Amino acid sequence: MAKTLFQKVWEAHTVRKLPNGQTQLFIGTHLIHEVTSPQAFGMLRDLGLMVKYPQRTFATVDHIVPTNELKEPYSDPIAQEMIEALRKNTKDYGIRFFDTTTGTQGIVHMVGPEQGITQPGTTIACGDSHTATHGAFGAIAFGIGTTQVRDVLATQTLALSPLKVRRIEVNGKLAPGVYAKDVILHIIRVLGVNGGIGYAYEYAGTTFDGFSLEERMTVCNMSIEGGARCGYVNPDQKTFDYIKGKPYAPKAADWDAAVARWASFASDAGCQYDDVKVFQAEEIRPTVTWGITPGQAVFIDEKMPALETLNAADRQTAEDAYAHMKLAPNTPIKGTKVDVCFLGSCTNGRISDLREVAKYLKGRKVSPSVKAIVVPGSQLTAIQAVHEGLDKIYIEAGFEWRGAGCSMCLAMNPDKLVGDQLCASSSNRNFKGRQGSQTGRTVLMSPLMVAAAAITGHVADAREVFKV
Amino acid sequence: MSLAKITQVKALALAVPGDDIDTDRIIPARVLRCVTFDGLGEHAFRDERTGPDGKERPHPMNSAQAARIAAAKQGVMVVGFNFGCGSSREHAPQSLWRYGFTAFVGGSFAEIFFGNSTTLGVPCMTLSKEDLAECDAFVRANPDVEVTVDVAQLTVSAGAKTWKAGIAASARDGLVNGKWDPIADLLEGTEPVAKVAAGLAYVAGK
Repeated sequence: MAKTLFQKVWEAHTVRKLPNGQTQLFIGTHLIHEVTSPQAFGMLRDLGLMVKYPQRTFATVDHIVPTNELKEPYSDPIAQEMIEALRKNTKDYGIRFFDTTTGTQGIVHMVGPEQGITQPGTTIACGDSHTATHGAFGAIAFGIGTTQVRDVLATQTLALSPLKVRRIEVNGKLAPGVYAKDVILHIIRVLGVNGGIGYAYEYAGTTFDGFSLEERMTVCNMSIEGGARCGYVNPDQKTFDYIKGKPYAPKAADWDAAVARWASFASDAGCQYDDVKVFQAEEIRPTVTWGITPGQAVFIDEKMPALETLNAADRQTAEDAYAHMKLAPNTPIKGTKVDVCFLGSCTNGRISDLREVAKYLKGRKVSPSVKAIVVPGSQLTAIQAVHEGLDKIYIEAGFEWRGAGCSMCLAMNPDKLVGDQLCASSSNRNFKGRQGSQTGRTVLMSPLMVAAAAITGHVADAREVFKV
Repeated sequence: MSLAKITQVKALALAVPGDDIDTDRIIPARVLRCVTFDGLGEHAFRDERTGPDGKERPHPMNSAQAARIAAAKQGVMVVGFNFGCGSSREHAPQSLWRYGFTAFVGGSFAEIFFGNSTTLGVPCMTLSKEDLAECDAFVRANPDVEVTVDVAQLTVSAGAKTWKAGIAASARDGLVNGKWDPIADLLEGTEPVAKVAAGLAYVAGK
């Protein structure tokens, strides 16, 4: 019988059925970071349990790392305590830690792919909802809570119920100035922030076939913003080429067998999906959010919705959103004044993002009214960018060039909005207070749109600003 | 590991309206710099309750009803749709549970929030849109009447009203049988786990 990738991975990793009807699912690879793991290690100690398969867990530090202060001790003693707790826990239990001193630290969802740890046909879990990022490689990757981090540490398994699979097909070629970020913001806008509850999203179609692995990661990353627990793209030659030569990739003698195994996990032709949605790439334009959920989005050249066009439930959320954002219904978002520009995050902090923006930034200057920061998601990305001279382009344009980390995506570190500043952000969440100030405002967009906002000082159409 | 059988939660209730209430609103990320969950209860809905000027804002969590629930260390929170969307951080349900909420009733719940709550022994029960509106109105009008969340019977009731409620079968089974924390079951599977692990070619640690 023809099967989806999800079904094949699920079956290969099923240990047994639990008494409550859930499946005990084997987790091949476990990723941990400093925010959601210390309590789990505490639970292990309380229960007198060991880490069952320490070689299957990999750690890094990302959320609390200051990006403008590379020396320890950090000025924030709690941040210092958290990084030291992770050092101790990984040392006590024999877990590989990509620490800040190794040149390989970074946002956990960038470290996995960079190291070749993220592989097709595998199950991956991490105490972070953006774990779906790893689905770009054809892995089934779950964001989990801290008690579940304990479960994986102690047993390398989770108690889970299978998901339905929705195929989201995007066909055609994106217009110039339209990016993977616009694709996922558009999908979430159409299907809703809770449209994916109960589903795994399979992203497919000629647009995804043409996407690089980094573009696929941008889309899979935001599956959770659409309510889907995980999202994936079927593995193909591009996937295998990306992994080849990475530190944890299979070596020469094992390579061909690995590729054959990985390819066998791709969804079969003629398999059954629980739902199918089809989009046309040419219809997607640069997309920006105007509200406090990632689904509250419009094309840059559209007006924000008039309240009377919304149903009762959406209207209530929209009223709340307009009040928080200090924006007016039925007006254009283009031209809205911007105070801060943030280029980075596990959604858009990769080398291809930095290269694409740098291409257009040469010779341009950040508006004097804007504070603009660029934060490579990982140390390897930062090293590569510096090697290519990208840092100079950003610095000359007036961006602050920072160290690797989550930075202003969620402000658990010193990078925070102040007061009601409005941030043009390449990150993934525009929730109230997300960027560190409870009255702070976030407008999500693609990296090039962030650059356009930085240069003009307002929400702008990158296609016009950069003559794309 | 012996756990309580959670068949029913009977407690005072608080309505916290709105759809798509995300985990950053339940507890802002910037206060999560910690290595234990202790003390998270006091930060529940922090930014919704307190303005940037440090003054209290009008919010259900600032009501006398919320204070009674905090004192009793048990309570039912009546919420909207897609409650708990966003982050996987268990800090969100932990903060509400530590504040005193021992059950949620809503239109729908984000999946990770639902799973995290169940693992704490906190049921998340769903009502139809119409019933939820009625339950919400009842709770506001009758703050002294306890609400009964019956996990075994799949109902939510208050006063003379009873509404038909839903919860994932596996969660219900775990709660009513005192197996809502799966660790004991998972630990029992050590042998079959080793077998599955041996059959899978995987990245080897080095």
